[in-house]
Amino acid sequence: MATETQTPVAAPAPSGGVGQRAWLFVSLIALVLLALAPFVIYPVFLMKALCFALFACAFNLLIGYVGLLSFGHAAFFGGAAYVTAHAAKVWLLPPELAILLGTLFAGVCGAAVGALAIRRQGIYFAMTTLALSQMLFFVFLQAPFTGGEDGIQGVPRGHLFGLLDLNDPYAMYFTVLAIFVGGFWFIHRIVHSPFGQVLKAIRENEQRATSLGYDVSRYKLMAFILSATLAGLAGSTKALVFQLATLTDVQWQMSGEVVLMTLLGGIGTTTGPVIGAFLVVMLQNYLATTALPATVVIGIVFIICVLVFRRGIMGEIGHLLRWKL
Amino acid sequence: MLSVRDLTGYYGESHILHGVEFQIAEGEVVTLIGRNGVGKTTTLRAILGLLDRQEGSIRLQGEEILGLRTDRIARKGIGYVPEDRGIFASLTVEENLLLPPVVKPGGLTTEEVYGLFPRLKERRKSQGTKLSGGEQQMLSIARILRTGARLLLMDEPTEGLAPVIVQQIGSIIAELKRKGFTILLVEQNFHFASGVADRHYVMEDGKVVDMIPNDRLEAEREKLQQYLGV
Repeated sequence: MATETQTPVAAPAPSGGVGQRAWLFVSLIALVLLALAPFVIYPVFLMKALCFALFACAFNLLIGYVGLLSFGHAAFFGGAAYVTAHAAKVWLLPPELAILLGTLFAGVCGAAVGALAIRRQGIYFAMTTLALSQMLFFVFLQAPFTGGEDGIQGVPRGHLFGLLDLNDPYAMYFTVLAIFVGGFWFIHRIVHSPFGQVLKAIRENEQRATSLGYDVSRYKLMAFILSATLAGLAGSTKALVFQLATLTDVQWQMSGEVVLMTLLGGIGTTTGPVIGAFLVVMLQNYLATTALPATVVIGIVFIICVLVFRRGIMGEIGHLLRWKL
Repeated sequence: MLSVRDLTGYYGESHILHGVEFQIAEGEVVTLIGRNGVGKTTTLRAILGLLDRQEGSIRLQGEEILGLRTDRIARKGIGYVPEDRGIFASLTVEENLLLPPVVKPGGLTTEEVYGLFPRLKERRKSQGTKLSGGEQQMLSIARILRTGARLLLMDEPTEGLAPVIVQQIGSIIAELKRKGFTILLVEQNFHFASGVADRHYVMEDGKVVDMIPNDRLEAEREKLQQYLGV
């Protein structure tokens, strides 16, 4: 039984302000590094990593803060990529509108998939999302506009707001960076809003949240739609970066990959999914140039992660520093 | 305020409540007492619609609430303090306090709540898990006072707490009664119950078998001891 005398040890009250300032400081450094990075590192690699980082953050919103493991997020990511690619290439829409359409599409799909899936819990929830995303995969495989096995290639990047020529790699990079930072900040705000607190309460104990008067399903659905929409934003952006939308992005393996990134970085941490995404993309890029089979190596890394640091990289570091990362 | 009639309740296949009947008037503090396993906690859970199946009638200010979804029932103005206190470990004291939605006008302000529970104000940035049992209990009560709920269901608020804390909880319940809250209390600590309540409903085998007004306690002591098996 905890007694009154034990409690003062763990009062982190004064560290609240310091933590916030430290956060700001770290964020600033990270921003400066990301702004300087394309002059040192190949921009396309960075853009790919940023797109996946946003994807993983969107996924983490659901698993980390509501405790829902979706196994169908590829449908939103890849589906949005198709819509954006089609809008830019065939409808000749400017990039901002193409991205907006793709993101909206993901949101609508998210509403439909979410409304069905949140009725079930645990493995049944995961399997429902997987089944529905496989149906969407089939649609993208068969629909005439997606180009089947070839996908949509040669998507024009266009001019952002009619001004900024995105064919310039730096212009494209900073656009992607802005989208990533915007998305990341938005997720951060969601998590720390009263809405986010209800989500955390639901993750912890659904029945308790219900008996306080919360309609748990509505909150779950909202979180699902937000997560799908942001995953779509990431997919749309990626389509413009690579000027390409293919089946790879809607396949179930992609749903698995985002689980891996989030787990590796740390579920329920703010920065973990970003670190996880960078790590996986880095490994994939590096392994592609060697004779080692990428899936096997990443599989081994995953097993090590699960066995040795179960909280994920940032989760473990945060635990050691007693700091929320 | 609350009128329960012929309430039967089931967990899966097991039939726990066999026609529970009782009433609470506005502003009263009423207890459900009885031995372990007679269905006191289950009765509270049935009022909130948390059982697998429940039948009969539960009226809140004349309105039937049996059959409504739990979140709707809570929004009718019922605050629940569960046996396990139900504090969210991942939220701070203040976040826990501000979590329940305001369902009706007339709830206490956050400052008034802190006035009742100065200890919680001191600890408002602490994580929910870092609280002592007594502090958790206070937080569990405190957070439903903001919502405007006028009927409070409390499940053994004194269980496992030191005598000093039990005394504090007692004076808080008295204060809440003064403020006009209606309280239904499940209690094993009979000494505590007799200090705060107006009436006692005695439960046995999933039924209410007797009602004893607090001022008749002395006279009925023998009968009561039989009920409670002490």
